[in-house]
Amino acid sequence: MATIESLQKKIKELEAQLQKERNEKQQINRPKITQMSSEVVDSNPYSRLMALKRMGIVDNYEKIREYTVAVVGVGGVGSVTAEMLTRCGIGKLLLFDYDKVELANMNRLFYQPHQAGMSKVEAAEKTLKEINPDVEFEVYNYNITTMDNFNHFMERIKNGGLKEGEPVNLVLSCVDNFEARMTINTACNELGQNWIESGVSENAVSGHIQFIIPGETSCFACAPPLVVATKTDEKTLKREGVCAASLPTTMAVVAGFLVQNTLKYLLGFGDVTYYLGYNALQDYFPSMTLRPNPQCDDNYCKKQQQAFQIKEATKPKVEKTEEKVEEIVHDDNVWEIQLVSETTEDELREADGQVPNLVEGLKVAYTTPAPTQASNEKTVDSTEKSLDELMKEMQGL
Amino acid sequence: MVDEATKRSLAQIPLLKTKAGPRDGELWVTRLKEEYQSLIKYVQNNKESDNDWFRLESNKEGTRWFGKCWYIHELLKYEFDVEFDIPITYPTTAPEIALPELDGKTAKMYRGGKICLTDHFKPLWARNVPKFGIAHAMSLGLGPWLAVEIPDLIQKEIISHKGRADEK
Repeated sequence: MATIESLQKKIKELEAQLQKERNEKQQINRPKITQMSSEVVDSNPYSRLMALKRMGIVDNYEKIREYTVAVVGVGGVGSVTAEMLTRCGIGKLLLFDYDKVELANMNRLFYQPHQAGMSKVEAAEKTLKEINPDVEFEVYNYNITTMDNFNHFMERIKNGGLKEGEPVNLVLSCVDNFEARMTINTACNELGQNWIESGVSENAVSGHIQFIIPGETSCFACAPPLVVATKTDEKTLKREGVCAASLPTTMAVVAGFLVQNTLKYLLGFGDVTYYLGYNALQDYFPSMTLRPNPQCDDNYCKKQQQAFQIKEATKPKVEKTEEKVEEIVHDDNVWEIQLVSETTEDELREADGQVPNLVEGLKVAYTTPAPTQASNEKTVDSTEKSLDELMKEMQGL
Repeated sequence: MVDEATKRSLAQIPLLKTKAGPRDGELWVTRLKEEYQSLIKYVQNNKESDNDWFRLESNKEGTRWFGKCWYIHELLKYEFDVEFDIPITYPTTAPEIALPELDGKTAKMYRGGKICLTDHFKPLWARNVPKFGIAHAMSLGLGPWLAVEIPDLIQKEIISHKGRADEK
């Protein structure tokens, strides 16, 4: 058995070791910098960013410290996005995610094996604060799609800016599912909050970013989700035993697009992109602007559209010339061949509903039919029973 | 897409009328009543056709649902807890049904035991907003999932029968 003396000695040794580790760490963690300097010295973490001013790309790079960005979802795309913004010296980041770090995440960037089991937001905050202690953080480990959390989520978007009570400047959606995207869409339409949606396909070989200005550009509910066509036959896509594949490459490319667009928007340089797709198999990048759907399912989207129309009407008009596309007419048709469809165009249009005009290489994931008044469908009868009675009836089955 | 039996039982589930989610106050109560009516009818249909396979109940707000589902394989009954939240975007987006005790046991699941649905489910749901409800999500989502995954999990000996006491 160890004597008290030997134990005390052991404690002293361990204390010394701990102090040494702490000292080393302190040296790594630099103190906060109050003002961004453009001085080119090895010790200035912002020198290469401030050089953008000298090169005439950005007028006022240091303004980045006044901005707050909310990153929703800190997985393969969101964590890299948050790291890029941190390294760029963003003023404040709000991070939302309810997931934990797992070893299955290690094929993507940012998280490390020793963080397995930690909540993603907690692990991300720790790493990012070490990289750049100037950035302020607010992190929330919850699912934004449920009633309880949604109200809080919306409140933080509205009030979570650098100065409490001011809205964040931009919301970045880096989530991996339709439900969460629709949730962000709902919140941003209600608040009139600009946001950028991002995504990588489940087969990992395509991705996109889409800048949404409520009322001005298409919201996420205006049309069925867009798909970047990769010329792979979906019927041959094997889904045996897996839900989703992922590549660090595609995710980092999309995160890069996302943050590049964010910087251009916040700092006002270059052209902000409204939609940018990435087809990794053919290296094709479709880009376009999507206008909102006047029949959008989201009432707040329609309200924002009206507000935007009123705002636009007060602006001076710019004349636009439209290009005419010549129709192809075959001069002779000796055999009088005609193409006849089995369904009329009206029927097709009704079955497909509203489909947005898309550039080549893009399609909608699915179509939804135009609303119809079908009378022969069997719906629930109107009932005199109360909710409590129905609940009891269900329990009694 | 879906087999004939599923199609037939799906056609028997009454459709819903009110497009309302948990943030819509009184309208949500109306929708919730329709959900219960539709579910009650579906369970009754299942019982009549000797294919009773789940029970569900909710909290009083109707935002959180829980219950049991079971699957009969070679005359043995395998029973699982089922749970899901109603997202604030419901019924535009379907509920994400979860079987927490199978989390980590099959690749056809997302975190927390949420079942991975086929490519067909979401377009079908989207085309039927707001007519489809929880009963439809069970019939089109969880039902086919159990039919494919449970025999596979049994065969791979990842799950085993809990003993004769569990039998019906």
